[in-house]
Amino acid sequence: MILWTNLRIALRALTANKLRSLLTMLGVIIGVAAVVALVSLGQGAQAQVTNRIEGIGANLIMVMPGRMEEQGAMRASGTAQTLTLSDAQAVGGLSGVTDVAPIYQASGQIIASGRNVNVPIYGTTPEYLEVYNLSVELGRFLTPAEVNREARVVVLGSQTAEDLVGGLNPLGERVRIKGALFEVVGVLEERGGGGAMGSEDERGFIPITTAYRILGGRTSSSGEYLVTSISASAASSDDVAVTMDRITALLRQRHELDPEEDEDDFMIMSQQEILGAAQEITGVLTLFLGAIAAISLLVGGIGIMNIMLVSVTERTREIGIRKAVGARREHILVQFLIEALMQTLLGGGIGIALAAAIVAVIGRSGILTAQVEPRSVALGLGFSAAVGLFFGIYPAWRAAAQDPIEALRYE
Amino acid sequence: MTAVIEVEGVTKVYHMGETKVHALRGVDLTVAEGEMISIMGPSGSGKSTLMAILGCLDTPTSGRYRLDGQDVSRLSDRQLATIRGQQIGFVFQTFNLLPRTTALENVELPLLYTGTSKRRQRAQAALEDVGLGDRAQHQPNELSGGERQRVAIARALVNEPSIILADEPTGNLDSKTGDEVLEILETLHRERGLTLVIVTHDPLVVKRVERVVHLLDGRVVEEDKL
Repeated sequence: MILWTNLRIALRALTANKLRSLLTMLGVIIGVAAVVALVSLGQGAQAQVTNRIEGIGANLIMVMPGRMEEQGAMRASGTAQTLTLSDAQAVGGLSGVTDVAPIYQASGQIIASGRNVNVPIYGTTPEYLEVYNLSVELGRFLTPAEVNREARVVVLGSQTAEDLVGGLNPLGERVRIKGALFEVVGVLEERGGGGAMGSEDERGFIPITTAYRILGGRTSSSGEYLVTSISASAASSDDVAVTMDRITALLRQRHELDPEEDEDDFMIMSQQEILGAAQEITGVLTLFLGAIAAISLLVGGIGIMNIMLVSVTERTREIGIRKAVGARREHILVQFLIEALMQTLLGGGIGIALAAAIVAVIGRSGILTAQVEPRSVALGLGFSAAVGLFFGIYPAWRAAAQDPIEALRYE
Repeated sequence: MTAVIEVEGVTKVYHMGETKVHALRGVDLTVAEGEMISIMGPSGSGKSTLMAILGCLDTPTSGRYRLDGQDVSRLSDRQLATIRGQQIGFVFQTFNLLPRTTALENVELPLLYTGTSKRRQRAQAALEDVGLGDRAQHQPNELSGGERQRVAIARALVNEPSIILADEPTGNLDSKTGDEVLEILETLHRERGLTLVIVTHDPLVVKRVERVVHLLDGRVVEEDKL
């Protein structure tokens, strides 16, 4: 029998009971919409996280004082005092390390004519710009000379600049940090988002030497300046692992750790590792949400089966007529299966459109930009077809198995 | 004249729970090609069972049924369906047309399952044969009782079957319309040599057929040549 005829028969059966068909499809519509929307949003979130982290630079390696505790908890890095400025300089001398930026961080208030913001103040070196892949929007970043002479200059993150001076040009503006007067020499381009360590948009950068003087730099027992963290960039993303090993070896040696007994007194991680972990988390989240949504699809499928069974009973006589004029079991089976498939696929199509609308609305609201990818559409349609087949086969089989004599007598 | 229907010693036993119901107790019946006969009998005489077996909707418990020379008494469901589609045309008391489906599509139905080509044209031609060429696009609920039965006859004809089995074809019609329907059947029989078996109580039918077979308690008790 020709497919087209079957489709027409199915369409006629569905339109004969429009409200019922719609209500039945609603289960599938909601299920597919939920699955597709959640998967799309999950993928959007994953892409967004990946983008932000990658924006910082895939070659980035971060070293922090302290160690992973037995249960994997991180000791507050401020309390460990193991990394020094000269450690950073030594790391910079390693082959495979292109740039290194020591960071001495403190929270502080930046005050400009009447306004003030509380942001992390980063004491660092000019290399920070390269290591973190940042660009300057206005003015310039810190210079080596400024680091050498402990200059009172500050570079602002875009949001910090906005908060301090509104839309005005902040270059040359005088601001106060810890009572000292600083000149704003640059503003960074907006980066958006977070990365592992919060956004660069809400920070102030000053020369590390100035930071030690103004913010009160602490020294280790041997009298060296301590750093909050050391950031380095590897020559290429392929070299990251090797470079991390080199840095680890160097620092262990400098800290005179016993190769056999002592654990690292610092933590080292790469942006790639953080990226991988973040992707894993968002991936699991997506899967989890999708699975929950799939349950509603299952419920929709049960609704389809229920109505199909009612429909088969109602149309017993039709089945009898068809059999009397020569329909074989498979003809009836295919007819009812196509009817179920048409309902679920139609519902699936509407569900996908609904999901696209949901995703678009959420995208416009600015919470999360995502789009319904072809893969999600295929997933939605695949699910719909599977639900139609799975929940349609039993009613269709029941229809096909009707005895023609009984069916013709059915009132 | 060759025989289209040859029934020999056919019995049918139904199991209704514990009890056995002997619906047919050994029926012998031969219908020649181009014959028009009627089967009569009180309810419970086994008419319906015999019709079901003649129409290949069911198989006998024992005995033999040859349709157009082919033994069909031991065929599978699937084979029976094919035989029904190709060699048998049914006309029912309650018309049994598909609702919400045009007359043309109703007539086309048997052709769908046999995979015949030019279905539209053949269905249209069959409708014209019963004088309903202009009603092709009407749905059953837009047709009168007589017209519905004529659509059903066209559907029975469309596959050019060996026999047409009619089960009380005038039962749901007033006598005038019933007579018109019978007229069409008789004309088709006369002009095309259609073989017709009509189960009926209607004396109007009996008047027109060539032979009446009386059934009682699952046996043929009497045959009247008219």
